[in-house]
Amino acid sequence: MTTIPTSPASSAPAYPAPRRAGCPMDPAPLIGSLQAEAPLARVTLWNGTRAWLVTRHAEARRILRDPRFSADLRAEGFPFVSPSQLIGLERPISFIRMDAPEHTRRRRMLTSEFMIKRVAQLRPEIDEVVEQLLDDVAAAGPPVDLVKTFTLPLPSLVICRLLGVPYQDHEFFQRCSAVLLNQASDADAARDASDRLRGYLHELVERKAAHPEDDLLSRMISEHEANGDLNRDDIVANALLLLVAGHETTANMTAMSIIDLQQHPEQWAALRERPELIPGAVEELLRHLSILHTGVPRAALEDVEVGDTTIRAGEGVLISLQAANHDARAFDDPGRLDVARSSRSHVAFGFGVHQCLGQPLARAELQSALTAVLRRFPNLKLAKPVEEIPFRETMTIYGVYELPVTW
Amino acid sequence: MSAHFDIRVDRNKCCASGQCVMSAPDVFDQSSEDGRVLLLVAKPDDSRADAVHEAVECCPAGAITITERTE
Repeated sequence: MTTIPTSPASSAPAYPAPRRAGCPMDPAPLIGSLQAEAPLARVTLWNGTRAWLVTRHAEARRILRDPRFSADLRAEGFPFVSPSQLIGLERPISFIRMDAPEHTRRRRMLTSEFMIKRVAQLRPEIDEVVEQLLDDVAAAGPPVDLVKTFTLPLPSLVICRLLGVPYQDHEFFQRCSAVLLNQASDADAARDASDRLRGYLHELVERKAAHPEDDLLSRMISEHEANGDLNRDDIVANALLLLVAGHETTANMTAMSIIDLQQHPEQWAALRERPELIPGAVEELLRHLSILHTGVPRAALEDVEVGDTTIRAGEGVLISLQAANHDARAFDDPGRLDVARSSRSHVAFGFGVHQCLGQPLARAELQSALTAVLRRFPNLKLAKPVEEIPFRETMTIYGVYELPVTW
Repeated sequence: MSAHFDIRVDRNKCCASGQCVMSAPDVFDQSSEDGRVLLLVAKPDDSRADAVHEAVECCPAGAITITERTE
């Protein structure tokens, strides 16, 4: 075993690092340069703390599957990439920030809700929402902002129906989510957004407890609260996780997919001609775009050797899913979008036992949305050059604030 | 003489990602109770080898193992 000494301050670059000006669709240059040197590198976070950044596919998967790396934000050395994330320490946490066996127990209460068979049953309803939203887009006529009219309403409507959250409250919860997921938010703003959203969900859960309906929140209460599996704070923490994760991710992935395909007109044309390629294209877009772009946080519970390096107990680790998905060791010419390639081993949904619970739902929404957009707007074009579109640089989930299109 | 393989699933490890069902829906299923893996075919036809290998590769929890055997 050889141990590489901890890097001196000068060689632990600031992270997250900016993307290159004028190249909003490409990963930050730092990712590629660190990846070329070693599978993991020391980086410096906003508050001066150090963490390991993992940039290669094989090591990313190994670490994400290794129970010696904790997802619990209370673990020593857990890396926080922004002040807004620190407030997680002050609030009831959901299972995403727990380890086994508690994580396992809590996640299993929800897994059947999102499994492939269940999502397949929702697909006709998803397709119907897609068609209705696109009817309105068509009726409004070009130019249209697709974020406001399509890519954000679609997953918001779907997750609201699944959870039993009234969609009429979407402006409120979308605004709170945006503050919570903005790494530029200060801790006070994040605290306020978190408390308001939790307050709202507490009231909603209260109403569901009194008047159960056919929705996930009601089922969580009837199946897991009465018998003591979960308390009210746990249910609210789960509801918050599912509501926020359920709309921000797919909304941005849909918008970014449209931009990516527009940047590659031959691939847009290929999908238009052969819609049967869309499921595979969605996997490739997930890989190519990797919108969860700042890294999955873990803390080492023990000393762990990764290649020639030893990660010490109590050190923080950020696994860059984006870097792993752009590792030429795993994907040929990774910067190239190729909707016909096999991208199934991408880690856009993470890896290990925390891998995205809602991934079948995300896939169904993305497949439905792209199929319908390509069919109904075959000649869609961006209404502005991509450099003029505002990108979500400071957001945990990358994407665009607006997507002006014409046809 | 031909190569065969046996599949084993560890339901304690399974995190119900559904990756295996995406890769080989004729070999794997998910329990309606908690989404965890159900093995439909433990000794699939050799024609399913690629799909099953993909399922092993994509399983985030490492819950699927295959044993190759030669007869």
